[in-house]
Amino acid sequence: MSALLSVTDAHVAYGKVEAVRSVSLEVGANEIVTIVGANGAGKTTLLSAIMGILPLKGRVTFAGQDLARLDIEDRVAMGLGLVPEHRELFVTMNVEDNLELGAFRIERSKAKASMERVYTLFPRLKERRKQFAGTLSGGEQQMLAMGRALMGEPKLLMLDEPSLGLAPIIVADIFRIVTELRASGVSVLLVEQNAQAALKIADQAYVMELGEFVLSGKASDIAANERVAASYLGFQHEGESAI
Amino acid sequence: MNTTIMLFLVQDGITNGAIYALLGLALVLVFAVTRVILIPQGEFVTYGALTYASLAAGQMPGTAKLALALGIGAFAFDLFVARKALHGRLIVRSALTNIVLPAIVLALTVYFAAQKPPVAVSIALSLVIVAMIGLYLYRVAFQPLAHTSVLVLLIASVGVHLALQGLGLLFFGAEGQRGPAVLSGAFTAGSLRFTGQSLTVYGITIAFIVALWLFFGLTLYGKALRATAVNRLGARLVGIRTTLSGQIAFLLASVIGALSGIMIVPITTLYYDSGFLIGLKGFVAAIIGGLVSYPLTAAAALVVGLVEAFSSFYASNYKEVIVFMLLIPVLLLRSLAAPAVEEEKD
Repeated sequence: MSALLSVTDAHVAYGKVEAVRSVSLEVGANEIVTIVGANGAGKTTLLSAIMGILPLKGRVTFAGQDLARLDIEDRVAMGLGLVPEHRELFVTMNVEDNLELGAFRIERSKAKASMERVYTLFPRLKERRKQFAGTLSGGEQQMLAMGRALMGEPKLLMLDEPSLGLAPIIVADIFRIVTELRASGVSVLLVEQNAQAALKIADQAYVMELGEFVLSGKASDIAANERVAASYLGFQHEGESAI
Repeated sequence: MNTTIMLFLVQDGITNGAIYALLGLALVLVFAVTRVILIPQGEFVTYGALTYASLAAGQMPGTAKLALALGIGAFAFDLFVARKALHGRLIVRSALTNIVLPAIVLALTVYFAAQKPPVAVSIALSLVIVAMIGLYLYRVAFQPLAHTSVLVLLIASVGVHLALQGLGLLFFGAEGQRGPAVLSGAFTAGSLRFTGQSLTVYGITIAFIVALWLFFGLTLYGKALRATAVNRLGARLVGIRTTLSGQIAFLLASVIGALSGIMIVPITTLYYDSGFLIGLKGFVAAIIGGLVSYPLTAAAALVVGLVEAFSSFYASNYKEVIVFMLLIPVLLLRSLAAPAVEEEKD
């Protein structure tokens, strides 16, 4: 079976600086794939480029289709979703409106059922549904950002640092939900600095350093690797300079 | 000054203020969604007004031809952008909205202009013509620049304003025109005399503001427009095209402009270049609202209308000066209250 998302030899540059170099990765159906690595390794850049926010040199296919000429909006309509690091919520609109807009490209008859599903996953959002997104706590905003992306019925959800700045108990909740998503048939590409937690739930993993993948394989194997511990803690090794 | 004069000035001020409120709201909307400061808003006013007046006088307005010409331009832009991935459906859809629609409207305009159409038909045609001009202008002049800075968009906006004003002179001549009242007749209440036209202005303004409020509060497309204004990237990530939001914003702005023009042209003689000053007063209101607040803009517009009415009574030579001077304390206060903000990055 061919992969749901396949990235081949991707380069992403900010002007002359290449932030991502020659990266290839695959995400299969019903799979959680994680990219771990230190701050500044290029993980966010890679996700942004897969989504079409940044220009990418190389080949990206999703559900068998080349994404090269497609805008962000077309990729969303195809079932590719991104929850960005800064969440990009509609802060002056209430929770329900944010969710409703998440289903902008979905038939309106389906949107109602999607919203119920999101409320089941995140009961907290239902309690706060008339509250402005900007007034939610960090954890609730992360839930809303994920909920909004799920409203678009993605086949693959890309999560950028979902645990950043959140209390451990909420982080655990979010990781539990990520595994529930896999069970319901949504693949997840998870970018995390919290490598331990990410590797625990992922099927496959890639380790990113200075814009390149230095290791890849089964998440359980990667978790057992000493180099990952070093990378996670941000140590220098093998003569490379950390950012 | 006696009470009668004062009440009369207040009434006059509110009538003008209502129009400025509509224009100010349109400016805030367009800026929030597209970051374009819509200088040509005033041209939408004159185009609407003079198209309506021409039709009512049984003359063929040049604006209908302009709409078709701009539509052809928009079609060419669509094809050029999609040149690497052209497919039949896209070509047909673009041709329908950009060429067939204005061509049909042009044919209708030619047909009706020859036989002095009823007021309702003139209004409908004028609104559709100006709405199309607004829509195609966005496609031709602003959509290709959507990713650039506010300053570049402003320069384009000034260019469009000058071009439309020149074309206005060509289409309508240097003579001023007046149109027939939408609602004729008048009645007196106490010492106040209400004309049907001023009641129309109040009614339509209130109806339009309520309609806008419902549109933004309840409909998916209205919410999508707000979402684009709040967070452009967030909107794109849920699949809302920035260009779609821009089109809706320009469509609304041009309809609001044209409608305002149609409402004033029975009260005041309008010239091809009158729109600019009217638009600027809407702009004063929008600036007072900080280019973000709709309620503040509407309230400020009423103040602008009232100040204008009273200053035209006391110092009619300086009435424009006084109105625009309102900006100085507001800008001063704003600059003191909030430090300069870096332009939003896209």
